[in-house]
Amino acid sequence: MNKPDREILCARGLRKEYGSGEGLVRAVDQVDLEVARGETLAVMGPSGCGKSTLLHLLGGLDRPTAGELWLNDRRIDQFSERALAQLRRHEVGFVFQAYHLMDELTAVENVELPALLSGRKPRAARRRANELLEQIGLADRAMHLPSELSGGQRQRVAIARALANEPEVVLADEPTGNLDSAATLEVLRLFEVLHAAGLTLVIVTHDERIAATADRLISMRDGAFVDETRLTGGTSGNLADLAGLGS
Amino acid sequence: MQQEVVLAMLAKEPSQGSQLRARLDQALGPLGEAMNDGQIYVTLRRLEKAGLITREGAGASADRPDRKVYVLTAAGEERVAEWLSEVSWPKPDLAEFHLKLIAAAAAGLADPIGIVDMQRRELLRRLRDVQRAQMAEPDDSDAALLLEGIVLRLQADLRWLEACERNWIDRRVER
Repeated sequence: MNKPDREILCARGLRKEYGSGEGLVRAVDQVDLEVARGETLAVMGPSGCGKSTLLHLLGGLDRPTAGELWLNDRRIDQFSERALAQLRRHEVGFVFQAYHLMDELTAVENVELPALLSGRKPRAARRRANELLEQIGLADRAMHLPSELSGGQRQRVAIARALANEPEVVLADEPTGNLDSAATLEVLRLFEVLHAAGLTLVIVTHDERIAATADRLISMRDGAFVDETRLTGGTSGNLADLAGLGS
Repeated sequence: MQQEVVLAMLAKEPSQGSQLRARLDQALGPLGEAMNDGQIYVTLRRLEKAGLITREGAGASADRPDRKVYVLTAAGEERVAEWLSEVSWPKPDLAEFHLKLIAAAAAGLADPIGIVDMQRRELLRRLRDVQRAQMAEPDDSDAALLLEGIVLRLQADLRWLEACERNWIDRRVER
């Protein structure tokens, strides 16, 4: 099978099974996927459709039962545990619904943690963390504990942490799942900025608001892709009409 | 009631007025009670005048209009196909969309799930545009509140589309 050249992330016949015999579940069933560099892709589907499993496979958190997976021109589905750990640390950033911040560390300490774990010098790690907090508009919250931040702020800190090691791609699992409308807007704004800066982003979600900001939307059901929509360009309604001000 | 709804209900097979009524009742349940027979016959007459349907029918007479069988003309078929692919929003006509899916499936004219997908694409594009406008507003903006209202309506409609999709996929599996 030909390996992709332009795509940063590519899956061919990707499959993940749990159980066996009668109890066999195909959480991900023959998925083919290509994600272009700089693209924002949203995968939507009801809970249990396999979208989180897919995200874990793409990020090397879990291993596929079958199929091929390429990240940045290297085939990663055969990687050793050690190589996968390396990959998760340097090339992939993760964002989770529940933020997964360390409660006892300040915002800046949370953000610099991945850099420290991958062996960067403390001073360089701190500098990078402060830059990221600046970028996400939370420089003034650097010394706050997560418990002193709002939900939207916590998720933005978690996104900054995902960027600490300058990953090739960020994978987000229901990043707005715990957020109210205003906080969701904060996260959407940040994703737009990151998108404009060229970051590749794969988001699994059932939040229509996130889905609407993606370049491309894939609908997933029973482990397989059932529909694909390109959302960039195309027609759109007149905002005044939508608000009831149309003639 | 959109006259296209009545037109599309005829796409399955030539029908009498009472059969049309029964089909609408089944699709709308208690909501169908608000319609009276007169409305349906007025619509049928209008459609006939527009050349979208014709009457065929043995036994039809002026005092028993119910015995007539209404049939789509070629122009009528064309109009139905057009209507199936139209996206109408923000006009909140849920019944029209619901009947569109039912008529499309009954007549085998289009895949209801395809119609749902098309509608979703359009609503997501609108949602994207509204959100962009919203994100560009300063925090203390009055307009942001209005935009939020549009976002919430679009979200509600998108969730209903999700329910439509689930329902029609289940029907397909059962068949």
